[in-house]
Amino acid sequence: MRQVELTAAGLGLCSCHVCGLVLRSDKAYNPAHCPRCHTRVHSRKPNSVSHCSALLIAAYILYIPANLLPIMETSSLFSYREDTIMSGVLHLWETGFWGIAAIVFVASIIVPLFKLLALTLLLVSVQRRSTWWPMQRTRLYRLMELVGRWSMLDIYVVTLLAALVQIRSLATVKAGAGAIAFGAVVVLTMMSAMNFDPRLIWDPLRKEYKL
Amino acid sequence: MSDTDQLPDFSQIPDAIVERGRFSQLVWIIPIIAAIIGASLAVKSYLDRGPVITITFKSGEGIEAGQTQIKYKNVQIGEVKAVTIAKDRSHVLVTAEILRDAAWLLMEDTRFWVVRARISRNSISGLGTLMEGSYIGVDAGTSKQSQDEFKGLERPPVIAINEPGRPFVLHAREIGSLDVTSPIFYRSIQVGEVISYELDKDGKGVTLKVFIRSPYDQYVKANTLFWHASGVDFTLDANGVKINTESMVSILLGGIAFLSPEDPGKAQPAGPNSTFTLFANKDEAMKRLDAVVETYVLVFKESVRGLLIGAPVDLRGVTVGEVTKINLDLDPRNKEISMSVEVQLYPERLWAQYRSKSQQGKPMDSRQLLNTLVKQGFRAHLRSGNLLTGQLYVALNLFPEAMPSKMDWSKNPPEFPTITSSMEQFQTTLMKIVQKIEKLPLEELAGDARQTIRTLETTLQKIEKLPLEELTGDVRKTIQTFETTLQKIEKLPLEELAGDVQKSVQMFETTLQNADKLLKNVDASVVPETHSAIEDVRKTLNELRKTLGIAKQTLSPDASLQQDLRETLRELRRAAQSLRVLGDYLERHPESLIRGKEDDR
Repeated sequence: MRQVELTAAGLGLCSCHVCGLVLRSDKAYNPAHCPRCHTRVHSRKPNSVSHCSALLIAAYILYIPANLLPIMETSSLFSYREDTIMSGVLHLWETGFWGIAAIVFVASIIVPLFKLLALTLLLVSVQRRSTWWPMQRTRLYRLMELVGRWSMLDIYVVTLLAALVQIRSLATVKAGAGAIAFGAVVVLTMMSAMNFDPRLIWDPLRKEYKL
Repeated sequence: MSDTDQLPDFSQIPDAIVERGRFSQLVWIIPIIAAIIGASLAVKSYLDRGPVITITFKSGEGIEAGQTQIKYKNVQIGEVKAVTIAKDRSHVLVTAEILRDAAWLLMEDTRFWVVRARISRNSISGLGTLMEGSYIGVDAGTSKQSQDEFKGLERPPVIAINEPGRPFVLHAREIGSLDVTSPIFYRSIQVGEVISYELDKDGKGVTLKVFIRSPYDQYVKANTLFWHASGVDFTLDANGVKINTESMVSILLGGIAFLSPEDPGKAQPAGPNSTFTLFANKDEAMKRLDAVVETYVLVFKESVRGLLIGAPVDLRGVTVGEVTKINLDLDPRNKEISMSVEVQLYPERLWAQYRSKSQQGKPMDSRQLLNTLVKQGFRAHLRSGNLLTGQLYVALNLFPEAMPSKMDWSKNPPEFPTITSSMEQFQTTLMKIVQKIEKLPLEELAGDARQTIRTLETTLQKIEKLPLEELTGDVRKTIQTFETTLQKIEKLPLEELAGDVQKSVQMFETTLQNADKLLKNVDASVVPETHSAIEDVRKTLNELRKTLGIAKQTLSPDASLQQDLRETLRELRRAAQSLRVLGDYLERHPESLIRGKEDDR
């Protein structure tokens, strides 16, 4: 006998996150609260798609200055450098730090870009109520969540250096405007991912039942 | 528990309490804010971008992209963005971004130079750059025309563009110890500097640009004289030893001094970039005060040893000119050597001399004046200026008793009459005569007589030896020559008659016969002639022998001629002795030449 695929939303039910009371909720996307503990309840995260896409767009916008503006200003007795992310990677590569260059490249360029593109893909597919490979999309979401925090690596490096290397006139490291933009991009994509409700991926497959 | 056994009635599930009117689209503010931030960053970076200029330098020493700053009056106005090498590899192109606020400093005549630590002879600058690194200095131009391509200066400009004062141009024969930034003094106050110098195109001089700061530039008049005030000027001439210096600074570093001569006409201040001559020293500059210079030639018959070019021409202690040229003149007609000395006279000084004497208001024409003066006995003569160094100078004076003479205006330059020697010259010539007489008589005359006799004797001996051997030798040689001639004749026909054998043999025979005849002839006629020639020679020899005998008689010790000669020599010896006594006396009492012999006490 074929397994019945029942979902809470499909049955018109949802549960309170705090007291665990199962509630009947017809309008799954509308905000409501639990009659017992008055906690907000929702069967899906409210305004998930719009919140998520707003944050994503903001991330896209700030992604441009994050890559164009210098992320770090290093001045020493003998040299002065202003590095954007890409020029920093190239400089590391040229000076022979291939490992570090690869790490920075992955953490600061590949990962944020991957996150932006993955979120875009998920949002578009959810918006179109696509039933296309829901399993793989869910995996993509998980991977994105897992990997997302590593893009803060760059920011950590800059922050640490800026705090530590402050020997006046001999050597100074300052965070550039690009660092702020880049940090904002990372935070925005994380918030965007947080706002995304992966259940929406499966919603188009839902069958409605009436209890 | 019974609840677990039974499924509850699903219809009893409570409804969620629906909230209304909670529209939460505030999240869209975030992308709007992000867009605003992004746009503002873009606008800021666009607005911040100032003009990009290119400066060319000969070398990129001390200039680094992204680090070297561009500073105007020590305020940063830009930054070097890139340093590249020009395509023709002759210079370095420095691309720099100037702040938007400072764009108005970039005018056509704005100057750029690299400020680095420099140690030159008279200044040490830019020591701060040792720690902070070099920067590019800017001197903002005053032009209205903006520009974005500049040629960098290789060394900092000495004078800023808006520095009050005026530049002037000096022409000099040599630069001496001057350099850029060499000081310029006016009454020993430093009032300016040398800005630049360059060799004239024809290579015959140096053109210097100098800058005199305000307010001192007003002292530069149209008739201002500039001269080298470098180092110590040490001169030793007929005037004695002279040491001139400007200041300790200029002794060490060199410099230029200037002075405007006092003149009642009040010369106008010179305009900027007026050209002046830079004289070698103050004296030379001051000589040029005499606007009128006349050249005359003085012809001396005596030695001009000790007379130098530049020696003064003196009129009773006042210098009225100088010697400019000394030439050797050879007169082909009279076969005389004379020294023609060219002098420059400053007639204005002569006028002054003359006016004070004659109380004439109006200066006379120099030609007229000289003519009258020469008529009164105005002459030039050489005088010893310094007994130690033997320097001579030309003195002008009146010699009323001098031989009448006059100016030779026909020559160019006109010839001024001279008079030879004073008492000193006379004394020296007298001494010379005495010395010559001392040297002359005994040795030379006796030696000469002896030598004459000896020569006569040797001549006779030679004559005795000569005739026989030489003449016989000659005859022998003549015969030998004949023989060789014959041999040649013998050789000749053989070759010629190789073609025709018969004829040649005949010819040969006849020729031989002829030759035989010839030989006989020679024997018959020539030999007696030689005999007679030898006899002639013998006669001549006999004659000579007689003559010699007479000569011997004449030269014999008791011959009258010899005695006469001896007497003459004795007389000469006595004369020499008395001259020696005179010489000794003169050495002890030179004044006696003037005062006469001192009476015995």
